[in-house]
Amino acid sequence: MDGDLVLLLNGIVSGLLLGGLYAAAAAGLAVSFGMLDIVNIAHPALMVAGGFLVVLIGTALGLDPLLAALLLAVPFYFLGVAIYTFYHHFFERRGDEALQGLAFFFGVMFIIEVGLVMGFGPEQRFLDPPYAFITWRIGEIDIPLRMLAPALLAMAAIGALWLFLRRSFTGLAISAVAQDAEALRLMAVDPVRIKRLAFGLSVGLAAIAGGALVVVQPVEPSSGQVFIGRVFAVCIMGGMGSLPGCILAAFLFGVVENVTASFYGPSWSPAVAFGWLLLVLAVRPQGLFGKLA
Amino acid sequence: MSGASLPLAPAPAMAASGRRHLPFWLGAVGVAVLLFVALRAIGNDYGYFAGYFILQYVVLATAWNILGGYAGYVNFGAAGFMAAGAYTAIALRKATGLDLLPGIAAAATVGALLGLGTGYLTLRLRGVYFSIATLCLAVVLQTLVVNWDYVGGSRGAYIVRPREVAPFTSYGEYLFLVMLVLAVLAVGIARTVEVTRLGRGLQAIRDNERAAEAVGVPTLRLKLIATALCGALMAVAGAPLPYYSGYLNPEGAFSLAYAVNAIAMPLIGGAGTWAGPVIGAVLLGSLQQAATVTISSALNLFIVGWMLVIFVAVAPRGILGWFRRRR
Repeated sequence: MDGDLVLLLNGIVSGLLLGGLYAAAAAGLAVSFGMLDIVNIAHPALMVAGGFLVVLIGTALGLDPLLAALLLAVPFYFLGVAIYTFYHHFFERRGDEALQGLAFFFGVMFIIEVGLVMGFGPEQRFLDPPYAFITWRIGEIDIPLRMLAPALLAMAAIGALWLFLRRSFTGLAISAVAQDAEALRLMAVDPVRIKRLAFGLSVGLAAIAGGALVVVQPVEPSSGQVFIGRVFAVCIMGGMGSLPGCILAAFLFGVVENVTASFYGPSWSPAVAFGWLLLVLAVRPQGLFGKLA
Repeated sequence: MSGASLPLAPAPAMAASGRRHLPFWLGAVGVAVLLFVALRAIGNDYGYFAGYFILQYVVLATAWNILGGYAGYVNFGAAGFMAAGAYTAIALRKATGLDLLPGIAAAATVGALLGLGTGYLTLRLRGVYFSIATLCLAVVLQTLVVNWDYVGGSRGAYIVRPREVAPFTSYGEYLFLVMLVLAVLAVGIARTVEVTRLGRGLQAIRDNERAAEAVGVPTLRLKLIATALCGALMAVAGAPLPYYSGYLNPEGAFSLAYAVNAIAMPLIGGAGTWAGPVIGAVLLGSLQQAATVTISSALNLFIVGWMLVIFVAVAPRGILGWFRRRR
């Protein structure tokens, strides 16, 4: 086969796998930003913090990073509940979300990042499971397990979340709170309790995304910054609150970024994220698959 | 003073204070002169160094306040705008050999265009999208600078600064004076914005954008003016940075410290008034200068982060708001 074509095909396949990671990172945001209208810009920072803790737990207990991430999702759920309780009490209740609430999440993001630098030092951390060095080959196309395993975990987690949102009463209530919180109150469901739960879930997803991130690449405290553009671009492209849209947008985004990286060099990939974000905001703010809100 | 006789309670008071331009400018220049004379009497170069550090934050915080405080649109990209200014100054010097003052003018132009461009693409949507875009803007500008070898790429750029400039005893003194003038101008501009129709329009946007639009406030145009002004002032704050430190790399120029301080200072001082950012910048700036000397710099950023979170939660109107309620 032609060399460029092989490069392109490989770029697309590993872009799809990378898209799995982005989907994991953006799905939590689709819940908090898309459904609850909470602009959690600290989400990528929480994910990176999750990655660091996964390295810590995985090394201490000798666990697989993906398994450690699943365990970590539980305390992260409660962390999310705590953050939402604080946010609701001080900002949402007073109607101060726009300025003070945003500044609050920016402060949280900043505290996490500086805290990680102070706690772990600025250098990169990694935890390689044994399968990270195995690569399957199908014809000319490489499928590294380092990318495949996190992508599969991400898909499983998002699938479970989707089922939960569609089938269970609480899940339906979360979808309902996104549409009309007051109407939910009339059905004798407390919207604040539902939002607290949903925000907890979104932060729990950040822990899983952090575990996936650790398998794919080493993490450093500032990794979150690059992800802000990516996850918000994916989330908005996917039509905000829609999980299937989020997955599709993540795949598309991963492919575009990866093909750019393989043809023009990886140092340009953050610019791709921003370019996409601006383009989407300027041309189709309702997202590629979304309806106008 | 004709407005004062009207029965409307708060508005005439504001209008009356708005006319007192001369006392403000005299006062501001007086304070600046006093500051300069005092530092000159002390005659220590560290005084200028620390003074510059605080004054650059006065400019940065005031710039943030024009858009964030008056209009309620949060700009997270202060570091990006500031670095854009700094690298404009570096590029201009490399290309033409022009010095600090033309560099500041060029930085203002670049910053204004950058703000206008980002604003034009995102300001028609909800304010959140603008904030997210500015957050990414810093990351992307950093990518561009790292890949731009002409200004040193990731290795950074050196600027050999002159030993001294004619009437001043040291270059540090000259830089301090330049920043002092910029700070007075920035605060003056912010105050002028606050008391003119532009500021009233921005405040209307902050309180209820739809209602403002409905009564005929040209919201998009006002927001674009504010974004351009904000971007220009932030870039101006960054332009002397390479001269100040003598060496600049992307990591230093795009430091998160600028982004967090630009938000924390106005919010802690009291956003939406010209005095708030000044109070916040002087307070937090001197605190950080003291902490950098005595403790580590990572820890003092950590403290700023916590102060920001605690202040926006407990005192959402900042220090100034505190006084107002007590009165």
